[in-house]
Amino acid sequence: MSSSLSIRSAAMLGAAVAVLALAGCGKGNTPAVGATDAAQRVFVPPGQFDEFYLFTSGGFSGQIGVYGLPSGRLFRTIPVFSQNPENAYGYSEQTKAMLNTSYGFIPWDDSHHPEFSMTNGMPDGRWIFINGNNTPRVARVDLTDFNTAEIIEIPHSAGNHASPFVTENTEYSVAATRFSVPTPQADVPIASYKENFRGLLTFIKVDSATGRMKIAFQILMPGINYDLSHSGKGPSREWSFFTSYNSEQAHTLLEVNASQNDKDYVAAVHWTAAEQCVAQGKAKQMPARYAHNVMDRATHTASTTMETSTTFLDAKDCPGVVYYLPTPKSPHGVDVDPSGELIVVGGKLASLIPVHSFSRMLKAIEDKAFDGEVGGVPVLKYEATIAGEVKEPGLGPLHTEFDGQGNGYTSMFLSSEIVKWSLKDFTVLDRIPTYYSIGHLSIPGGDTRKPWGKYVVALNKITKDRYLPTGPELAQSAQLIDISGPKMQLLLDFPTVGEPHYAQAIPAAMLTGNQIKTFDLASNKDPFAALNEAATGVTRQGRVVHVKMTSIRSHFIPDNIEGVQVGDSVFFHVTNLEQDWDVPHGFAITGLTNSELLVMPGETRTIVWVPSKPGVFPFYCTDFCSALHQEMQGWVRVSPRGSNVALVANTPAKH
Amino acid sequence: MSRLTRLLVALAALSMVVVYFRPLWHIGLHAPQYPEGLGLYIAVDKIVGEKPQDLNSINGLNHYIGMKAISPDDIPELRFMPKIVAGLIAGGLLVAAVGRRGLLTGYAAVLIVFSLAGLADFYKWSYDYGHDLNPAAAIKVPGMSYQPPLIGNKQILNFHASSWPASGGWVLIGAVSLVVALAVLERRRPRGAPA
Repeated sequence: MSSSLSIRSAAMLGAAVAVLALAGCGKGNTPAVGATDAAQRVFVPPGQFDEFYLFTSGGFSGQIGVYGLPSGRLFRTIPVFSQNPENAYGYSEQTKAMLNTSYGFIPWDDSHHPEFSMTNGMPDGRWIFINGNNTPRVARVDLTDFNTAEIIEIPHSAGNHASPFVTENTEYSVAATRFSVPTPQADVPIASYKENFRGLLTFIKVDSATGRMKIAFQILMPGINYDLSHSGKGPSREWSFFTSYNSEQAHTLLEVNASQNDKDYVAAVHWTAAEQCVAQGKAKQMPARYAHNVMDRATHTASTTMETSTTFLDAKDCPGVVYYLPTPKSPHGVDVDPSGELIVVGGKLASLIPVHSFSRMLKAIEDKAFDGEVGGVPVLKYEATIAGEVKEPGLGPLHTEFDGQGNGYTSMFLSSEIVKWSLKDFTVLDRIPTYYSIGHLSIPGGDTRKPWGKYVVALNKITKDRYLPTGPELAQSAQLIDISGPKMQLLLDFPTVGEPHYAQAIPAAMLTGNQIKTFDLASNKDPFAALNEAATGVTRQGRVVHVKMTSIRSHFIPDNIEGVQVGDSVFFHVTNLEQDWDVPHGFAITGLTNSELLVMPGETRTIVWVPSKPGVFPFYCTDFCSALHQEMQGWVRVSPRGSNVALVANTPAKH
Repeated sequence: MSRLTRLLVALAALSMVVVYFRPLWHIGLHAPQYPEGLGLYIAVDKIVGEKPQDLNSINGLNHYIGMKAISPDDIPELRFMPKIVAGLIAGGLLVAAVGRRGLLTGYAAVLIVFSLAGLADFYKWSYDYGHDLNPAAAIKVPGMSYQPPLIGNKQILNFHASSWPASGGWVLIGAVSLVVALAVLERRRPRGAPA
């Protein structure tokens, strides 16, 4: 590919030294904030609320962390892709199905990018989506109860990294293949990469009323690595942008072999044009097998549907759907400014930040300013789409967020800093070091049409000496930086759990009013719910024993159960009869091989216990619920297999 | 009775309609672990939680001290009180229509008796709930009873209890006070003197 602009592609370490020297004076000028001043600006007095919720991806923990800003306090970990024995997510009978995939039950994933549902390009506070990278999946979390409501597997994909970024009105959430693979999968030599390997850009339709997801179509692309994404907004609202690397199509030692070309591509996808192609019958049905797991709000129970087909649209069969924008170099993040006009790309090996213009891109398409094609996808001329370049910004640009005041903030992995620059003339305005090696960064509303600004959170990859040492394994490090003035000011370090990749923040008031405090007991439709103590009981079906049990301060009904035999599968269906805020009850019994239950008021949760030896085994409430919590216990008598001890329990009906 | 008195008596009687829509009394409970508070509204025909689950929550907490569950269906007053109030309203309108001073005096006396009887009945129920405790209760404090105050504030174990008229109650108090004041004024005014 040719380019009239000279793009430096120096060896990384050499460049790191050179540019750090250039940037050095800027770093030295970072204004120091007095400790007292910083403390006052992050201090949230006891009993008062933070201004923002911050949702951080849990990285390899597979979860979402919920923090407050500016305090950096952790409120909650939302289990999404990983089992959580603390509340039985992924262990209880009601939640196990959430982790089903076409590969079977998977208790873990690698979650990267939380993304709020949007209306008119602004978070609407209804749901937050997050991707599972390892076994390609997208999850939707309900922001009224902070529970995972749905997980859909992405078939034919591999490495779901450029996900789950949503379009301006949450028409779609996207997914993409980061590691191109034979598509559909096939047993072929790895060396046949160039002929057999392909990438897929997946568009998941989101029902505007229920949030329910459905794979609408998958665009078959040349076999390179599709890395990150953001959707357009305003004038660019019908487009989604995906970065890619490995345009070399290397299949060994990618760190060298995929770093040879001066430029790789941003794929610009006109999704309304893709919809039209599908409507015109240019797509075909492809056999597939993928799990779609949905939590039913009435039964509080997840179920899995195995889908069998998906809609494939080959990019080359449908001109006008996809264009490649050459972009230096092995680009990572792609971010669209609040106006929807500027497309900022973090070329992680580039020594500048390229900024494409959406309007120039449309003009280039109209003028057919092409520079060849790749696999049937037209490549636009770099100089025809570029709006400008941020020169010598630092090293290793990754991601950009916006403050709504005409500035971009780009994270620099190698030079370990955030660089603030002007969207008008692309000049660097300020820089601040991060500790250490920042990956993503997050400004409240920083990828929306009207950012709230005020802070940027640095989400760092390396922690080292920032906290008291805890052996070789350390917490992850986030940093809160004030961006309200002309100079960025570091206010606070706070540790995070798992590796946070992206994070998104939203004003607290947008969520607090919608919070569910208890589940309505009368609406509990779990088939094994006991909605009052008289409805409890024990029944046997062969080797399976069902115990319908209630918990309320401070007792279980029943609390004496006899007639269970060694090797029975005992299903404890525990219904929490409380309708009072923050009164969960727990349940555990000796020898439980999966996890405890934590049951919210009005909810039913089921755990299976297989007693392995005769005796009398206690069960108890694990959540200190009341003054008589210690008394909240009972016993199960287990007899040898074949015993003639009758199955009985002291339910009210038996008294 | 002057025209003004008759008009005001009619207005006082009609204002009592408010008690069909607004609660008469409010009992509030606050504890360290209930910063948001629990509360009950007592209306002419029902007892409801301040928040939808408050009545259940209060009954749940009361079982520790052995108090009977508050079950509105078991309180007969809630069935006949609406009829009594209807009678009082009709009576007030009749007094205003007839305009005889003696009737007004009688009406004021009926309202005072009604008010005192209502308070006495409320006291009786709260006394029963607070004292008639299950001897097998988990928490037994020697000499302790759990009757909420008739009116005012009181600390009961970890709960701060308050008991005050609610909006409907204040309207009723205003109406009764107005009728009594009018009756007194009418008695002081020489018979036949211009208003």
